[in-house]
Amino acid sequence: MTTEYEVIIGLEVHVQLATESKIFCDCSTEFGAEPNTHTCPVCLGLPGTLPVLNKKVVDYAIMAGLALNCEISEYSKFDRKNYFYPDLPKAYQISQYDLPLCQNGYIEIETGNGSKKIGITRIHMEEDAGKLVHEGSIDRSTGSLVDYNRTGVPLIEIVSEPDMRSPAEAREYLTQLKKILEYLGVSDCNMEEGSLRCDANVSIRPVGQEEFGTKTELKNMNSFKAVEKALEYEVERQKQVLARGEEVIQETRTWDDSLNKTISMRGKEEAHDYRYFPEPDLVPLEIDAEWVNEIRENLPELPLERKERFISDYGLPAYDAGVLTDSRDLADLFEECVQAYDDPKTVSNWIMGEFLRLVKEAGIEVAESKITGKLLAKMLRLMDDGTISSKIAKTVFEEMFKTGKDPETIVEEKGLKQISDEGKLEEIVDQIILANPNVVEDIKNGKDKAIGFLVGQVMKETRGKANPQLVNKLLREKIK
Amino acid sequence: MELYDLTIHELKDKLASREISVNELLDSFYKRIGGVEEKVKAYVTLTEKEARESAKELKAEFKGKLAGIPLAIKDNLSTEGIKTTCSSRILENYVPPYDATVVSRLKEAGAITLGKTNMDEFAMGSSTENSGFFPTRNPWDLERAPGGSSGGSAAAVAAGEAAGALGSDTGGSIRQPAAFCGVVGLKPTYGLVSRYGLVAFASSLDQIGPITKDVEDAAILLNVIAGHDPMDSTSVKMEIPDYTRFLKEDVQGMKIGLPREYFSMDFAAEVKESVLAGVQRLEEAGAKVEEVNLPSADYALAAYYIIAPAEASSNLARYDGVRYGYRSKKAHDVKEMFTNTRNEGFGDEVKRRIMLGTYALSSGYYDAFYLKAQKVRTMIKEDFDRLFYEYDLLISPTTPTTAFKIGEMTDPLEMYQADIFTVPVNIAGIPAISIPCGFDSNNLPIGLQIMGPHFGEGKIIQAAYTLEQILEIKDRRPELEVSV
Repeated sequence: MTTEYEVIIGLEVHVQLATESKIFCDCSTEFGAEPNTHTCPVCLGLPGTLPVLNKKVVDYAIMAGLALNCEISEYSKFDRKNYFYPDLPKAYQISQYDLPLCQNGYIEIETGNGSKKIGITRIHMEEDAGKLVHEGSIDRSTGSLVDYNRTGVPLIEIVSEPDMRSPAEAREYLTQLKKILEYLGVSDCNMEEGSLRCDANVSIRPVGQEEFGTKTELKNMNSFKAVEKALEYEVERQKQVLARGEEVIQETRTWDDSLNKTISMRGKEEAHDYRYFPEPDLVPLEIDAEWVNEIRENLPELPLERKERFISDYGLPAYDAGVLTDSRDLADLFEECVQAYDDPKTVSNWIMGEFLRLVKEAGIEVAESKITGKLLAKMLRLMDDGTISSKIAKTVFEEMFKTGKDPETIVEEKGLKQISDEGKLEEIVDQIILANPNVVEDIKNGKDKAIGFLVGQVMKETRGKANPQLVNKLLREKIK
Repeated sequence: MELYDLTIHELKDKLASREISVNELLDSFYKRIGGVEEKVKAYVTLTEKEARESAKELKAEFKGKLAGIPLAIKDNLSTEGIKTTCSSRILENYVPPYDATVVSRLKEAGAITLGKTNMDEFAMGSSTENSGFFPTRNPWDLERAPGGSSGGSAAAVAAGEAAGALGSDTGGSIRQPAAFCGVVGLKPTYGLVSRYGLVAFASSLDQIGPITKDVEDAAILLNVIAGHDPMDSTSVKMEIPDYTRFLKEDVQGMKIGLPREYFSMDFAAEVKESVLAGVQRLEEAGAKVEEVNLPSADYALAAYYIIAPAEASSNLARYDGVRYGYRSKKAHDVKEMFTNTRNEGFGDEVKRRIMLGTYALSSGYYDAFYLKAQKVRTMIKEDFDRLFYEYDLLISPTTPTTAFKIGEMTDPLEMYQADIFTVPVNIAGIPAISIPCGFDSNNLPIGLQIMGPHFGEGKIIQAAYTLEQILEIKDRRPELEVSV
């Protein structure tokens, strides 16, 4: 009989904060600039320079802490984490060790068995390191270059409790976390640009056993999907190790996305001794209730609150409210449209249906689309007043999505206006009746469904512009 | 007296009254440097070209507080476009792109930099023998050390190679060389002077301060360099008084304590006698002197040699050969480059302290060493606070001996003892001054240390000035043979 195992997962997430300047100097945090152009003596760690804390970083970190239900420490401090690496100009990272800014929070996630709270142990602030650029391929490179633009970009590290019980829960945690941070506007959470990075700790234990198994730490996962896949692989690997009668070794493993497996990086004995000690160049951080309250009062609406409001204010089904509030941009689009067009369910249908389909097809972010709430509202009104049919509306919408043009202009330019002129339609209806005597016969014999075919023919003839209700009415009158 | 022998305030008067020009003054100093520097070796870099240019740019009005005054700068203070080596091979060719805050303040005040002075490598040492380049010699006896780590600055001032200088003091590095060289050295309260641009040795202890020919000059320089700097989070926001207001002969009713623990130590009898004689003169002038207890003083040196190396091990980690300074050519990969660069670039004392500090911070040892040392630090602070609640100032010798011979001190631990009276002041973050109070039988200067409460520089200056006026030894200069 095989042993049943329980999976234990904890995540460490690094998030770049979207402040304009770096955490300890005035340099810009902009991504993608020419190498080493966003640097100064301070972030390059030149001899004699000193850090000065950017208050905005603390504001953003407190916002994250409050949104993740944390306690904000009245007294916290910075510490030095010492290690040698070419991308770390001072050979230490200014971080927070034993007195982090935020502690004891949680995130609520949805699982197959209802909602569940995942504990947040702590959130602390620190500075990012630079980036190594290898000349040529990494195995044959003759030299390495360092870009220090990223050095000193503010980070928060969010450490979860080992509360997740499956790779899917880990992914859901990340999804919810990202959503909350995006809603706050404290980070753009772009995993590809490295503004959100995730390491995972995973272990397994026989069901019913209280103490944890030996954990491994996983690194180098560049998407939520990769996190889930790496965890699935690692859980399976650990099970096999135990099945062979061996023991799981405490180690750091790196995820290889092309090989779809984790590879051992370094063992416990090779782990760094970071020699943390209080950063003497910065004074301890004292945060009074007034500071926290001011931030609390100005906190934007969070995803869960907004979902509840969408259900109560707009009468949307929970499912719709959930999808729409999945991203702040999508929810904003919805609300902008509803302000100009007072039929929430119709707006929701269009956004969840056509809009998200097009976004997915184009492989873009919601924010990158050219559709605005006002444009959609205008298009919906064109449908209501009979200017366009629902079928044509889809064509118009696609064009709006591509070009961002006004729907009226599109209808005008493409000649998509619905034909509701009875005289004009009668001519076409007559033609179709003449051309399809067998079908007409079938209808007369009671095969009522066949009328749909004739409507379709008329629509085809008018390239979709005929008013379908009117065509239907005319056909019935004439065939009777 | 030659121009190079004069004090800053005397030179200020001569410049202001147009009795002399800045160029004449520079001529005098560079001629003196040309005559004695070969023997003293106070400077690592001379900046005559830049000095002459600064002189040209100076406005004729001499409005700046230090307009036209030629000064020497310790080579651990960052100077834009001028090599800043910390007397280390690892920074031998490092040219910073920015000025330390104190350097910009001196420039704004119109001061002229004559050059950068020699020091113990990264300010680690008490003799300037640890310089990665060459030792500096004591102008009073060229066989002897000038003290350290600001030995170059103190020797330059004593030898008339600069009107005044800036040094830095982590455990006595301004006061001890000032005592050995017979000049005045002031270590301000931690946080009074911005550390921005001071190449860090031990960040929680380092302070920049003046080394001058007399107390008045120290007050004048302190006026220029003190004050809040937004670039240094540990610099305090407070109203800075005009320190020259305290230049008055008056100690009437001042309460002065003599720490028993200090005077009961085993140290040079001539030093003890001379310091106690100085104290007596103050008593005669109206000060109330009493013996006091400073029980934690015994632990100060031990705590210092944990805290300072711990911080240094981290501060000096950045010299890895990646971005600036020395890089070893004998390396096949990054790790080897780090190791060889640091092995070849640092001197023995620096390596010793990096290892000490690394050990003290290592997991498993942190609590026993670093944390314990921090607790001692708190005790020492509390001891001083308690004393300054009752006493205005404390007085002790600056050093247990007068200048020792170069090469004489071979045991590092023995060398560490040279800072026994100065270290507690840094640990507590309080200000202290060293002024000459006499000479021993070898005609070597003896230093007397006056300590005050946090931001008590004014009182310290007042007492020091009073004693200086009474003693009338401030015009004594070392006799140096001038080479032609």
